[in-house]
Amino acid sequence: MKVSSPRFKDNAREALADAALRESLRSFTRSFPLKRQEAIARLPEFDQLRDIGRAIKDHSLEHLDFYLERFEAQVTARGGQVHWCRDAAEARETILRLCREAGAKTVTKSKSMVGEEIDLNDHLETHGIQPIETDLGEYIIQVREESPSHILAPAIHLSSGQIADTFRDKHPELPAQRSLDDPQTVLEEARAVLRNKFLNADVGLTGANFLIAETGSVVVVTNEGNADLVMTLPKTHIVLAGLEKVVPTLEDGTTILRLLARSSTGQDTATYTTFCTGLGAEDDPDGPDALHIVLLDNGRSEMLAGAFREMLRCIRCGACLNHCPVYAQIGGHAYGWVYSGPMGKVLTPGLLGLDHAADLPNASSFCGKCEEVCPMRIPLPKMMRSWRERQFEEKRTPARARAGLRLWASLARRPALYRWVMGLTFGVLGRMGRRRGRFRRMPFAGGWTAVRDFPAPEGKTFLAQWAERKASER
Amino acid sequence: MPGGPPHVALFVTCLVDLMRPSVGFAAVRLLETAGCRVTVPADQTCCGQPAYNSGDRADARAIARQVIDVFQGFDYVVVPSGSCAGMIRKHYPELFADDPQARGRAEDLAGRTHELTSFLVDVLGLDALGPMAGFDGTATYHDGCSGLRELGVKAQPRALLQRVDGLSLREGEAAETCCGFGGTFCVKYPEISGAMVDAKVDDLLATGADTVLGGDLGCLFNIAGRLQRRGEKLRVRHVAEILAGMTDGVAIGEPVRD
Ligand code: SF4
Repeated sequence: MKVSSPRFKDNAREALADAALRESLRSFTRSFPLKRQEAIARLPEFDQLRDIGRAIKDHSLEHLDFYLERFEAQVTARGGQVHWCRDAAEARETILRLCREAGAKTVTKSKSMVGEEIDLNDHLETHGIQPIETDLGEYIIQVREESPSHILAPAIHLSSGQIADTFRDKHPELPAQRSLDDPQTVLEEARAVLRNKFLNADVGLTGANFLIAETGSVVVVTNEGNADLVMTLPKTHIVLAGLEKVVPTLEDGTTILRLLARSSTGQDTATYTTFCTGLGAEDDPDGPDALHIVLLDNGRSEMLAGAFREMLRCIRCGACLNHCPVYAQIGGHAYGWVYSGPMGKVLTPGLLGLDHAADLPNASSFCGKCEEVCPMRIPLPKMMRSWRERQFEEKRTPARARAGLRLWASLARRPALYRWVMGLTFGVLGRMGRRRGRFRRMPFAGGWTAVRDFPAPEGKTFLAQWAERKASER
Repeated sequence: MPGGPPHVALFVTCLVDLMRPSVGFAAVRLLETAGCRVTVPADQTCCGQPAYNSGDRADARAIARQVIDVFQGFDYVVVPSGSCAGMIRKHYPELFADDPQARGRAEDLAGRTHELTSFLVDVLGLDALGPMAGFDGTATYHDGCSGLRELGVKAQPRALLQRVDGLSLREGEAAETCCGFGGTFCVKYPEISGAMVDAKVDDLLATGADTVLGGDLGCLFNIAGRLQRRGEKLRVRHVAEILAGMTDGVAIGEPVRD
């Protein structure tokens, strides 16, 4: 999808002015955390599982080359093929070539955020191949020509009314007066529309939640079962996955699965979890005739080598988005790319470059909620701070902010001077603000007073009063 | 306690020192009533969070070294702020990860440093505290993020408030949700911060309380400032003021009564 991360502030401003968006956000950022909480309450060992999950991923990342090669060997032994792609362009080209080799006119897709990352749909369409999104949310935003606003629930920014209007508009062949009030009806309509497309597709493309090194299996999780149709009906199955998705064993994958649905939707397990291993055979008629696994790097190995390795533990559960108080106000589009919320604030600068995402790691109050809920215990605030440190080192922090910080820091390091300067300043402010108790406007504090009053200081500083008290006691 | 009363250094924090010294005096009264010998080192300024969270690690380290020096030799260091206490306890050791000697000193300070309500309850114990002052009113408590998530401060202020005669506590549904202060965040992203504090204020108002309490002046200024901009009557105070019975002064942002 197109990048608008550099416009973060403007995006956020527009989002804040969008009443319908904010209503949708209000309801879902309330319900998801509640469901997660209930799911966790049903599993007392949840926190232990988090430690185990983290250890599995850390181990996999530590030996990533080994497990990826093992995965490839297993895929190859079962008749599939692995394609290693350094960047988005290479992955797009590879997938286009594979589609052409399969003689494809249409490609059904289950939800893949990596697909959004490499802007796959656009590329296929430009070259005459029709991609068809089959996840309900992705389908909705595809027909609306929008981008996902949430890695898990791509159309969460829309109200049910907006979705009903979209369906009336995009399915003109259906009776205009039909009722679309119930989410189930909407789902059934989408299913009916998609059914033929499923049957006629030449290639099915899915993402992957896990790649299993010991068996060469691909694990795909959905709630709608659409991925199963995508991967079983067409003759060719293409899997598009980031290379951090590999784990050593089936046992490891299923352990982390226990964390995934609970963290994301508050389900004990997703409705459909599919393990897809190798080609179809006489005793396994559901498998495809051709299986291609496109493994994408696109900045990941660079993250692996540096301060942001832990981010690669991410299983894209969306919990950090669902619980983030910033996301709750501005929604996902404001972040300007496929990965939004706290995980996007760390991942986007890593994958697109810090210059394209300068605001993202800064637009956090460091409240720590994301780290509290992340099933993989990723220290998201710490990594946002690491990005800020990099900006500061490379002198990319705005000059005025740097100068202000330097001035303040040099004062803070000279206690006597600090007491004198601050004593004077806050004494004056205290006298000025006494009568009203607060200021509506303040020089150098426009960001503060834009939305709130500034309380007047009491006057004499604590340290000054304390020194006087001690002197009088003597 | 063995060896005489515990010697406590008060790290008053820059916001209390410059903006609301009465919170510092309230903390001193609480500590002294609980039997501590209190010292306020004169050469304290700020814990360095603004630099640390802006990515200025060099200045953050320099300030941290200074704080470590100034607060050497006390049994405990007590801080009337969860976020400054969290900075010292959690982040100072991280700041010196690559310097074993400085790290050792940072860890020593971290181990002796406590947020005020957590010190009173977890270190001294409720039994050591005298009877609390009274307060006639209904309060709601806002959990500051750093205190809550970095230090586990949640039950302590509530346990203390329970001992305040006449005070009833009503919990906000979103008591643990960030108020949108976030240090420099609130001035760098005023619109987003404003939307966050609006949500917070709505939640506080819905409790029907007449006073908002909390353990961090940053959050409390943000909340009071927004309440007052919206023309709401809800008053805002630091929890230490109530616990120490020092509520003759005006609430945050209120006009001084002459
Ligand atoms: S960072 Fe953690 S909480 Fe956020 S999507 Fe990834 S795994 Fe889930």
